[in-house]
Amino acid sequence: MALLDKYAPVAEQYRQLELAGANPFNVTFDEVLSPTEALIAGRKTLLLGTNNYLGLTYDPAVVEAAVAATRAAGTGTTGSRIANGSYGGHKRLEAALAEFYGRRHGLVFSTGYQANLGIISALAGKGDHLLLDADSHASIYDGSRLGYAQVTRFRHNSPDDLANRLRRLADEPGDKVIIVEGIYSMLGDTAPLREFAAVKREYGAYLVVDEAHSLGVLGETGRGLAEREGVEADVDFIVGTFSKSLGGVGGFCVTDMEGADILRVVSRPYMFTASLPPGVIAATEAALHELRAQPELQARLNANALRLYRGLEALGFALGPEPSPVVSAIMPSPEAAFGFWAALLEAGLYTNVSLPPATPKGLALLRSSVSAAHTPAQIDRAVALFAEVGQALGLLAGAPGLAAAR
Amino acid sequence: MSDQANEIRETIFSTLRAALPQDRPLSDSTHIIEDLGLDSVAVMDFVMEIEDKLDITVPLDKIAEVVTLGDLIATVQRLKQAA
Repeated sequence: MALLDKYAPVAEQYRQLELAGANPFNVTFDEVLSPTEALIAGRKTLLLGTNNYLGLTYDPAVVEAAVAATRAAGTGTTGSRIANGSYGGHKRLEAALAEFYGRRHGLVFSTGYQANLGIISALAGKGDHLLLDADSHASIYDGSRLGYAQVTRFRHNSPDDLANRLRRLADEPGDKVIIVEGIYSMLGDTAPLREFAAVKREYGAYLVVDEAHSLGVLGETGRGLAEREGVEADVDFIVGTFSKSLGGVGGFCVTDMEGADILRVVSRPYMFTASLPPGVIAATEAALHELRAQPELQARLNANALRLYRGLEALGFALGPEPSPVVSAIMPSPEAAFGFWAALLEAGLYTNVSLPPATPKGLALLRSSVSAAHTPAQIDRAVALFAEVGQALGLLAGAPGLAAAR
Repeated sequence: MSDQANEIRETIFSTLRAALPQDRPLSDSTHIIEDLGLDSVAVMDFVMEIEDKLDITVPLDKIAEVVTLGDLIATVQRLKQAA
């Protein structure tokens, strides 16, 4: 038995996708042309699966900030902040994030994934309890495995189920920490945050909200779902990422909690990794500035999201429960998702395929994400291509395959 | 075999039968992942049903230790007694 034989079934699936010449898990953009277009296999392709919500990756001020910081401070920090020191940029970005959220503390992590790993594993220790929404992102599950707390799942978006599980744990000692997301990345649905906040208060638990997909997308000033729902005071920790609306890479946490700076020396994913390079830090700070200075980006993003959602809905696709910049069409099977994805790419439209166990309820998803940088004409073209391919594959409304998936 | 173990076994087997797309033979030695073809999330979803039916909490690290249905029955029985 060879070391990698345990992966034989998934390796075979992967090989079949490679043989078919259309593997959604192995795509190369030969040249990226803009936030909405790239060359893939020599073809100019419309990008509808990048999470580049505000389209800031080519913003001149953001690009210039990255270039200037790289020239001034070099390409990398070559070490961790604990062992090798912080740069001024790290501190400035943390202060900018804290100020944006109106919180006392800001912590920057090297990726969004590590922000969840670092915060979740550090907040809940031995004898404490983590309560995770069942549809949580892999980084939340992995963060819960990195720490020593007992981990309990509750039914997705169900405050009643959360309350029931907290009731069962009521007599157990230890702190209770609840983790939910602003927008869930697979179906684009939002959490019932006001109700969750009420349950949190009732049981004296702590609440962490991951706003990775909702920063810059929801709330009057773009702070996310907690802002939109008016429950920021109930949210003890907000976690997020720089790699979506802010167009870079990295993660963060903001909080008002007394003594939160201690997390810097107890959170292993914060301590034992290289800090973000000056160019990334400066670009992120500039992008945060643009997010605040250009509220029209959020308005354009949500108009585009609604346009795509309504367009695909009118074609008869089964979609996530509410319009959001993540628009996922539910496919009858993984094979249908692969076929649909490959045909769209062939026609010049790039989307994503998401499969179980990364998706809820065993769903096979053809996932799109919208950008403020898309023109309405680009959204309309995407809808037209969905119609064309859906027709050709017999996957439009009324087709037996799609009906079976509902 | 105690009545409680039998009761727990019956609850687990009937919940599983309702969750599986096709009928499969179930016994204490059935491997949950290999024999039933469930992925990690499907196993957690199935355990969630058991938690509600028996009003217990099965922490995720306990689920990770479970290989067979017999293991699950034993784990649930311990948790039920501790509750």
